[in-house]
Amino acid sequence: MKNHGNTKNLFAATELINKKLRAQRIVKWIFGLMSVAILIPLVGLTTCLIIRAWPSLTWDFLTDVPKQGMRSGGIWSALVGTMYTVTFSLLVAVPVGVMAGIYLNEYARDNWFTRIVNLAVVNLAGVPSIVHALFGLGAFVVFAGLGKSILSASLTLAIMTLPVIIVSTKEALLAVPLTFRMACWNLGASRWQTIRTIVLPNSIGGILTGIILQVCRAAGETAPIMFTGAVFYKAVQRGDLFPYKPTEQFMALSYHLHTISTQVPGVPESMLYATAVVLLGFVLAFNTIAIVLRTRIRNRKKW
Amino acid sequence: MAANQQHAEYAIETSNLNLWYGDFQALLNVCTKIKAGIITGLIGPSGCGKTTLLRCFNRMNERFENVRVEGSVEILGSNIYDPEVSVVELRKRVGMVFQRPNPLPLSIYDNVAFGLKVHSPWRSLYKDDIDAAVEKALEEVFLLDSVKDQLHRKGTDLQLEQQQKLCIARLLPLKPELLLMDEPCSALDAAGTEAVEDLLLSLRGRYTIVIVTHNMAQARRISDECIYMLNGKLIEHGETSDIFLNPKDKRTEEYIEGRYG
Repeated sequence: MKNHGNTKNLFAATELINKKLRAQRIVKWIFGLMSVAILIPLVGLTTCLIIRAWPSLTWDFLTDVPKQGMRSGGIWSALVGTMYTVTFSLLVAVPVGVMAGIYLNEYARDNWFTRIVNLAVVNLAGVPSIVHALFGLGAFVVFAGLGKSILSASLTLAIMTLPVIIVSTKEALLAVPLTFRMACWNLGASRWQTIRTIVLPNSIGGILTGIILQVCRAAGETAPIMFTGAVFYKAVQRGDLFPYKPTEQFMALSYHLHTISTQVPGVPESMLYATAVVLLGFVLAFNTIAIVLRTRIRNRKKW
Repeated sequence: MAANQQHAEYAIETSNLNLWYGDFQALLNVCTKIKAGIITGLIGPSGCGKTTLLRCFNRMNERFENVRVEGSVEILGSNIYDPEVSVVELRKRVGMVFQRPNPLPLSIYDNVAFGLKVHSPWRSLYKDDIDAAVEKALEEVFLLDSVKDQLHRKGTDLQLEQQQKLCIARLLPLKPELLLMDEPCSALDAAGTEAVEDLLLSLRGRYTIVIVTHNMAQARRISDECIYMLNGKLIEHGETSDIFLNPKDKRTEEYIEGRYG
């Protein structure tokens, strides 16, 4: 049958369908706007920070120590302190976390004990950092007698980052297909041989990604180090790579930012912002490494 | 079949084998004797326990939680459920091939050498020996000619049929006596299936092969004996031609005729 001028095509859109399409278009636009909206704070924040920090952002600012009661000079002492705590905390958290993650995913059977451990890990991940700080104060500073020191602060940070390292290790291992393990077991490989030769090499990217993201967290958190070893000021040589002993108190970037913005009057505004930029740059740089690593490993895999 | 005459006539003997997954009983009093050196087909509808039975033969079931086994399985005269048995040693002698080819994410060479390496003390192997073993194994599965110049390619990059042959090849350097195959052709196309079947027929005699298959025609083509299972019970075990032409049990007959399953 042919269509005549005034008869409608059988499949033409009806009023109801047009209404549905309109609703769908509106929803799409709202959702799209929201995704763009998350860029605004990030871009706005970074631009704003960098513009205001510009006058102080020099190489000297990084390598010089604070002078004139923090009102001039640089942030070297804090930068080095942060590197120290991050490194020490990783030295503790990575072996413990990765090994525990491997045990929980590869060896542990599903029984009440593993369930309790898993529950503990998940809950520990949700504990606020200030609570970790108080725990660190009680456990390391006072009870273990380490005093307020790099050691106490690093151990506190390690406890804080541990659960996430365990969880990300478990997830990275879980992503390795079971069929690979079956193949290995079938050839008479022990669990450890299977883990060493097949599971770890294929999950190392995911494990590293998790660890790197925890570097950012350890570098950025203020509360846990505030109670356990970070100090207002510590005299350090300019550019000195080994200014602190592990048992000494130290300066750290995040805490330094806190003190110069709230405790010291008359600090040039650009110095405040420059400190924030360095902290942010530190975190963004590590995040980028994590993302690059993840993408490269994902592209290499074929199964 | 000189190699097999030193062993008893039967490669596998099960008696009163029962297996539970939690509360579900998957195998009920399975008693059977599987002859050495031939291809035995395990047939039956989905969920009848044929894969479970196959996995009992190298204790692969134990990797799953909640599995309980009673009864005994004797392989080459030894009860593999004895406490003194090491599953590592058992699996070296009793290799398994899976439904979906699962080469390891390593090179072809390393896939085949893997078994040797995990069973040898650190640095006790000479490269020449490994090379020879890899070459021999690949030759045995008719894969050597097509991959000779690309042994360092990843095993996972091969075609499915070649992957499955690789999975068989990697068992061989361990000098297994039994090969367990869990629907080894179900992921392959017709040509791949034919190639793998030809391979199995060429391995017949040197190894005792037990193959689980859903494909009746395949069971008929390649197996010497067949075991028909239903609901965890062994219904009938006999020569393939008897099972297909003169089944003794009504249920076998109906299954072969395609009335159910």
